[in-house]
Amino acid sequence: MTPKIELRGVKKRFGPKVVLDGIDLVLEPGQSLVVIGGSGTGKSVTIKCVLGILTPDAGQIFVDGKEVTHLRGRGRDTMLKKFGMLFQAAALFDSLTVWENVAFGLIQGRGMARKPAREIAIQKLAKVGLGAEVAMLSPSELSGGMQKRVGLARAIAADPEIIFFDEPTTGLDPIMADVINNLIVDTVKDMGATTLSITHDMTSARKIADRIAMLYKGKIIWNGPTKDIDSSGNPYVDQFIHGRAEGPIKMEVKA
Amino acid sequence: MNIFAPIGRAVLVLLAQIGRLSLFTWSAVSGVFRPPIYWWHILQQFLRIGYFSLPVVGLTAFFTGGALALQIYLGGNRYGAESFVPQIVVLGITRELGPIIAGLMVAGRVAAAIAAEIGTMRVTEQIDALTTLATNPIKYLVVPRLIAAVISMPILVAIADIIGVMGGYVVATQTLGFTGGIYLKNTVDFMTTQDVMSGLYKAAVFGFIIALMGCYNGFHSKGGAQGVGAATTNAVVSASILILAANYVLTSILFSK
Repeated sequence: MTPKIELRGVKKRFGPKVVLDGIDLVLEPGQSLVVIGGSGTGKSVTIKCVLGILTPDAGQIFVDGKEVTHLRGRGRDTMLKKFGMLFQAAALFDSLTVWENVAFGLIQGRGMARKPAREIAIQKLAKVGLGAEVAMLSPSELSGGMQKRVGLARAIAADPEIIFFDEPTTGLDPIMADVINNLIVDTVKDMGATTLSITHDMTSARKIADRIAMLYKGKIIWNGPTKDIDSSGNPYVDQFIHGRAEGPIKMEVKA
Repeated sequence: MNIFAPIGRAVLVLLAQIGRLSLFTWSAVSGVFRPPIYWWHILQQFLRIGYFSLPVVGLTAFFTGGALALQIYLGGNRYGAESFVPQIVVLGITRELGPIIAGLMVAGRVAAAIAAEIGTMRVTEQIDALTTLATNPIKYLVVPRLIAAVISMPILVAIADIIGVMGGYVVATQTLGFTGGIYLKNTVDFMTTQDVMSGLYKAAVFGFIIALMGCYNGFHSKGGAQGVGAATTNAVVSASILILAANYVLTSILFSK
């Protein structure tokens, strides 16, 4: 089976700082992969390389078996129509209303008329547990948890084949975090989408992942099914999932 | 040996900046000619950049015209040339002061607003979000502002010209003892189409500079609130300097004969 997404030896550095040092990662169709790792280990950079927001210095990225590493312009827009993304701070457009945010990809990306797009937006909002009454509000009137839900509705609005979640639970209280985790699991199961999430929240990772990969110093140091994470035998993974200050991972206080 | 390292670094940073700005300008300008064109955004930006700048541009033009009339009268007095007030006011306003004042005021107002808005969108990942929704942020954000600024600046300057001359007229007739009808006749008789047109050409270039500097600095802002603040300052400072530099170049080209 052709992997949905494949990264081969992807490298990226900013000036002298090496962020990705040869990432190899495979996502099978319908799979939910969670990449864990501390702050600043290159999780976001990995996602941004796949989306083409950043260009890798070396290595190749494939989506549905087709190389997309240096895709630009129309070709990239077509590729991006397969994707939905939930940003860490939701990244809602504050100049637009909630429903216009959700319908943005439909109206701007796909040229759908406003009226049907609005109906779909309200359906998607209902899917993430938000009523039609929030549709006309501005994103700044919503709480953090609600913004995340709107962000999720926007990510799934065009029924994408692949969804990326960037720290979906960061900054939320534990209950809202669980609500978001459930929403992710449910909506993804409904849609049969392939997902790649990045997080350092282990509760969230265990809940949404089929497989977990751990990123450390720009490399994937462990990759396996979620159930094996507790018996990985990898001291780095053990330190991370138990949140210990002592261990092989030394916190670099200075960047 | 060590003294060369910082010089080299500064040169590299400068060259990288110029390269980035050139690429940004190219993609923005080429975006003007490639669909989709966001007409609704152009109209919106036209209102924000042009229409809402009218009060500040009008007021500054009025007072500048008044001060100009006063200075020409006082200066001309030394040579018995005080009757040339209307001619020199209209020349100064249409050729230089109208475009410059409108350019600098709009740079302060609009370049700052654009940089702050786009900079905030950058640091809150809204620009990345546009990309993932298959929308080119250059075409969606930059092109409408560029078009709106290039169109609205000449209109603003035309209005500034009229109000500036009016400022001179008010001061001249109210305090310097000129007769209204003769002042206006001297103004109109002396003024040429080229005086006005040269100012409007300049205005279009200034509009381009203002929108480009606002967008460029906003697009490349880093970090949080502080980064956006720096981007805003850089946008206004760089737009103002470039306007004055471009003004000199344009004056020397337009009046070279």
